[in-house]
Amino acid sequence: MSTLTAAPAVPKKKERGGIWLTLLAWVVGILFVLPVVWMVLTSLHSEADAATNPPAVLAPLTLEGYREFFTGGASPWPPLLNSLTASILSTALVLLLAFPAAYALSIKPVRKWTDVLFFFLSTKMLPVVAGLLPLYLFAQNSGLLDNIWLLIVFYTAMNLPIAVWMMRSFLSEVPVEMLEAASMDGASLTRTLSSVIAPVVMPGIAATALICFIFSWNELLFARVLTATVAETAPVFLTSFVTSQGLFLAQLCAAAFVVSLPVLAAGFAAQDKLVQGLSLGSVK
Amino acid sequence: MTSVAEKTRGRTGEPKPKPSGGASRAAGWVRRAPLLPALIFMIVVTQLPFVATLVISFMDWNAYYPDEVGFAGVDNFRRVFTDVNMRDAVWTTILLTVGVVLISLLLGLGIALLLDRKFRGRGAVRTMMIAPFLVVPVAAALLWKHALYNPEYGLFNGALTWIWSLFGSDNPPQPDWISNMPLWSVIFALVWQWTPFMMLILLAGLQGRPLDVVEAARIDGASSWQIFRSMTLPHLRQYLELGALLGSIYIVQNFDAVFTITSGGLGTANLPYTIYQIFYQAHDYGRASAAAVIVVVGTIVIATFALRTVSSLFKEDPGR
Repeated sequence: MSTLTAAPAVPKKKERGGIWLTLLAWVVGILFVLPVVWMVLTSLHSEADAATNPPAVLAPLTLEGYREFFTGGASPWPPLLNSLTASILSTALVLLLAFPAAYALSIKPVRKWTDVLFFFLSTKMLPVVAGLLPLYLFAQNSGLLDNIWLLIVFYTAMNLPIAVWMMRSFLSEVPVEMLEAASMDGASLTRTLSSVIAPVVMPGIAATALICFIFSWNELLFARVLTATVAETAPVFLTSFVTSQGLFLAQLCAAAFVVSLPVLAAGFAAQDKLVQGLSLGSVK
Repeated sequence: MTSVAEKTRGRTGEPKPKPSGGASRAAGWVRRAPLLPALIFMIVVTQLPFVATLVISFMDWNAYYPDEVGFAGVDNFRRVFTDVNMRDAVWTTILLTVGVVLISLLLGLGIALLLDRKFRGRGAVRTMMIAPFLVVPVAAALLWKHALYNPEYGLFNGALTWIWSLFGSDNPPQPDWISNMPLWSVIFALVWQWTPFMMLILLAGLQGRPLDVVEAARIDGASSWQIFRSMTLPHLRQYLELGALLGSIYIVQNFDAVFTITSGGLGTANLPYTIYQIFYQAHDYGRASAAAVIVVVGTIVIATFALRTVSSLFKEDPGR
């Protein structure tokens, strides 16, 4: 997003209305970030201060909500670790499968490559809920219910189409001369992939990994159906707050913030990768 | 992206003679080989379950009555088509998807235009805008349900109390947001999460605009509105389509927000939630599968049109 700094030279006469547009942009930005700020602020209040009307914005800060979340009831650590395992391993698996596939589709396209590409995308459009029941029955009969590996395999399938599309678009930026040089020098396929192409498309791979990680981390429906106490993920753990009663708002906000923290951190750190990834690599 | 140094890399190996013409079939497989693992994986994990769903949809199978499993013919489909809940779910899904995609696309466009200008703190505003998209969907839905919408201590009613007290009134309106407008509650929460997504795509589109042409038009005396109508909007068209398509793919399948905010009650149960209920709570495997098959067929019809749009979107960078 280097374009962010290179704005058009606005003619002088437009400057006057500009201050209002600037103000408007700030107001809109603040409105959108407000719920997130409110979440963080509430998580730092005591339960009594969190449930006041009108809101007690300036109430004293405390880590009570976080203490209650981590030590109060069932420990959130196993679900958090499960989410981390499922997200990282499925992302690794996606990259491993998608990179060669994208290579075959872009560098030296096989015949009917567009068909294959659209097959991948079409699996993304089919409602996941339609495949849920057979997977559940399969898991039940093979003893894989509540097993994190089943989620890893499913998340890999969920993200593979996105990854293939993204990587294909990044790979098509690799100059042909480079590949010709490599093939003339007799480099093998593995060598071409690892030492010629990989370094060039590294930023694209990072964008793909970021998106796959976020989508796996966020997933709820399959995790809810296919896991129970052992392989439960962080979003499933959060659903225990859906029907909460009594004073729990600070703890809820602490939980929501802790679970969102990896995604917030990764997303903010790689803002420009985010848009590349979300548009399947078609927006650079 | 490529530097000269990288271009000269990879010249260490000995030159090898090219394979002779007779090996073309083998060469074809060499080309195809890298594709196969991913392809086979996708077929096994996503296509086989659909075949199973299709088979189960013709069966009489409810986990509560394990002795009565058998062939049901088209009974399940008849029950799905005559089910009022299913028809409501179709309608809810359409409203939810169209509502969220349209509103977030329009808001996203407006905000992208605001952020396309150069002003103090633009990076900060952009970062603030992205935040909603980075909150885990379940966490966001919980936040809206309990911390914002709650009639007693939610931020919305809290803010109303505060504003009213500024004017000396101690009788502010305190609506029960979720009960009064359940579907809109879900839509607003989702719009909040998806507007940043649309904004990011449209902003990238705006910044890829050929600026010299815009400048030329401005010097020729074209107004801002004329430039927007006849230059910016046509340029943005493919980005708008892309945002709408990708947004639809994700929001049509939304489960988290419906599950969390309303638990599918008050007429907000969309198709994913309804099928989840038939399968997970009623354990009616046959009927759930029939519903799934119908949804898949419907999706294929809609997706065929959508894919045409995509293929034109990605046309500009053809493979080699």
